[in-house]
Amino acid sequence: MKRLLFILPLLVFAGVAIYFGFGLTRDPSKIPSALIDKPIPEFALPEIAGTGKPALTSAGLKGEVALVNVFASWCAPCRIEHPIFMRLARGNAVPIYGISYKDKAEDSAKWLRDLGNPYKAIGWDFDGRTAIDWGVYGVPETFVVDKTGTIKFKHVGPITPDALNNHILPLIEELKRAP
Amino acid sequence: MKRFVLLFSLLLAGPALAVLPSEQLADPALEVRARALSLELRCQVCQNQSIDDSNAPLAADLRRLVRERLVAGDSDAGVLDYVVRRYGDYVLLRPPMREDTALLWFGPLAILIAGGIGAFVYLRRRKPAVEAPLSADEEARLKAIVERRE
Repeated sequence: MKRLLFILPLLVFAGVAIYFGFGLTRDPSKIPSALIDKPIPEFALPEIAGTGKPALTSAGLKGEVALVNVFASWCAPCRIEHPIFMRLARGNAVPIYGISYKDKAEDSAKWLRDLGNPYKAIGWDFDGRTAIDWGVYGVPETFVVDKTGTIKFKHVGPITPDALNNHILPLIEELKRAP
Repeated sequence: MKRFVLLFSLLLAGPALAVLPSEQLADPALEVRARALSLELRCQVCQNQSIDDSNAPLAADLRRLVRERLVAGDSDAGVLDYVVRRYGDYVLLRPPMREDTALLWFGPLAILIAGGIGAFVYLRRRKPAVEAPLSADEEARLKAIVERRE
């Protein structure tokens, strides 16, 4: 009994060390979204001329499972994830909508002309106000929205194949099956 | 002399303020409230700076948003709530006191009390060491030493 009391502090320390050790493996720059399971914000963004795609409004996002990607032509990580969206769009797995964040319309249009346009509709959020309503704090960010227009998932930073295959696509399949 | 001029000019340089004059409100009372609220809100990009301190573009947007809400007639709590609804409790530099944050607020106090009780019980239980009387042999040696000194 006395022995046990002696190793108790050691055990407590080990427990705390393991707990904090796990904490260290998490990325503090990824802040969980406050909008998970909340309806998408109301917005009506203008179209970007020259893309040939319609404007994006909150009404246009309801009724089907969709991806919403916040991007900008000045954003280097957006360029990294772009091919993944191109591949997704070719596969017709899920409609992808774009929000152009604090970007000149002609720059966004040129970016999409050069790299390909995976978006079904694009909203131009020049002052970043709609992005604030989405809780965006850096581009790129990608949201999964369900049929009822509820935000189910947010990915911060460029989409990785791991995040796509292990989280986003399975979630989309699950949401598609939901009534 | 040159050195004095340099030192003096350093004194004149005010701290670099993130809040640009163009962002400020014309109404001084509202501007004071806006500054106070900005100090409460975390910049999501730099994380340990308030939006009042931060030069990040998002911080500037949020400062503008805070002022817009104030002009629209929101109360201070209303403005904070508006931002929290979008970015979560993490934007508040002072975490709110609620049931699910009780551990955060009162955990250290609970640990202090538990430790205090533990220390108190331990000290009460510990018996003062009883000094054993000297044996006859030790008594004799002590006496010898004392006598030698005298």
